[in-house]
Amino acid sequence: MSITITDVTYSFKAKPVLSAINLTLNPGFNVLLGPNGAGKSTLLSLLTGQRTLQQGNITFADYDITQETRAIMGQLGVVFQQTTLDLDLTVLQNLTYFGALHGLSAALVLERITPVLTQLALIERLHDRVRSLNEGHRRRVEIARCMIHLPQYLLLDEATVGLDVDSRKLIIEHIRAIAASQKLTVLWTTHLMDEVIEQDPLFILNQGKLIEQGLCQSLLLKHQQSSVFDLYRALTQPQGLL
Amino acid sequence: MNAYLICFWAILQREVLRFFQQRSRLLSALVRPLLWLVVFAAGFRSALGVSIMPPYESYILYQEYIVPGLCAMIILFNSMQTSLSMVYDREMGSMKILLMSPIPKSFLLLSKLIAAACLSLLQVVIFLLLANLVDVEIPWWGFIYAIPSVFLSAFFLGALGLILSNFIKQLENFAGVMNFVIFPMFFLSSALYPLWKIQESSLWLYWICQYNPFTYCVEMIRFALYGQTNIQASMVVLSCVLVCGWVAVGTFKPKK
Repeated sequence: MSITITDVTYSFKAKPVLSAINLTLNPGFNVLLGPNGAGKSTLLSLLTGQRTLQQGNITFADYDITQETRAIMGQLGVVFQQTTLDLDLTVLQNLTYFGALHGLSAALVLERITPVLTQLALIERLHDRVRSLNEGHRRRVEIARCMIHLPQYLLLDEATVGLDVDSRKLIIEHIRAIAASQKLTVLWTTHLMDEVIEQDPLFILNQGKLIEQGLCQSLLLKHQQSSVFDLYRALTQPQGLL
Repeated sequence: MNAYLICFWAILQREVLRFFQQRSRLLSALVRPLLWLVVFAAGFRSALGVSIMPPYESYILYQEYIVPGLCAMIILFNSMQTSLSMVYDREMGSMKILLMSPIPKSFLLLSKLIAAACLSLLQVVIFLLLANLVDVEIPWWGFIYAIPSVFLSAFFLGALGLILSNFIKQLENFAGVMNFVIFPMFFLSSALYPLWKIQESSLWLYWICQYNPFTYCVEMIRFALYGQTNIQASMVVLSCVLVCGWVAVGTFKPKK
């Protein structure tokens, strides 16, 4: 179950945001790394159908995003950069609402999310209003929510930004675990280099261009760098600044 | 249960839950028309007499005359608040979640419109019950007869609100909707005064009121509350439901 992005170019008000992006995301945990404004969120909004493709092609296994959007949406779990929970509803109401949008009954949603929420240490907050949760807990609810309909693909846009170290660790470990156990294709976009490990397939986006891709450890060897931070700096910053 | 039914029920439930959780919205939805009924209508009662005209069979008090208009006002405000909530959903990102559903966008939007219409219906019923306490006598069967009229009017105005939400970029712009949509629609209709009274004072105002579809919502509800059907008003509102419903679903922009 791969995601293939072919020659995707996107402009906003005549300003190029993405230029000829070509990449394939295979099952497992894939990292899209790039500074703020690199075009990560735009790429994600194209993958989720929130924006219409202007040029190029995106396929999820055999499904073309422009032709079979609904079929893809049924297999796609997304955590957006901006919180998308309804603050006036409780955690459970938010989750059952999302499940219902995918045609799932409340009983089935509860059955599916109970173990996930237990794992994410949120089960006791099930009947609390989202407004009363801190940012870290809201993110965990969103992580639990994106798994309700048992998706094949997970797209997470800067899912840990603004969270404390413990929450970040809990979330990223949880996603890595489910990516491995359920053989999901995960795209984790971030600008935080400590979230990348050497075994990760890494895609580096800068100023709308995919400047490097490959297994993280291979890229370190190729560019003779000792850490992801050094690699990232070497690839994204002009020579004069180094 | 069918996936579509589950989805529709969840959208309806969410709108109702949000409505009851926003207490100020609930309160203002009822206080606004009651103020008009108790204060405004009492003040104008002696100044404005309403002669016999269909559907009334005898002279009526001004309070009784404006009740259908106030029902329509409740619907108008609720519908425009629905458009506001669409803008809010778009700004807060929950619209993205709605549109990530594999269920067709048109079904989701129609469900939203039906949910908003149900909320309007609920508010109108509560208002009519309270109006009975201030000596406005609506026959009990009028309540039942008015349900389809209220629902159709609410659906039409909700669809209009949905179309408007495409043009509202930020929540702050809602004041513009108040000034340029809600107030003109309400005042340039038969909600507060019969059209023949307007015709006596200004012919051009009369023609504007005649072309205002809100007038037909008011008249449809007025007749329905007394167990009658105003065919012309019903046809106009039904046409507006079809046209605005189609345009609203077809032109809806999920993004800012």
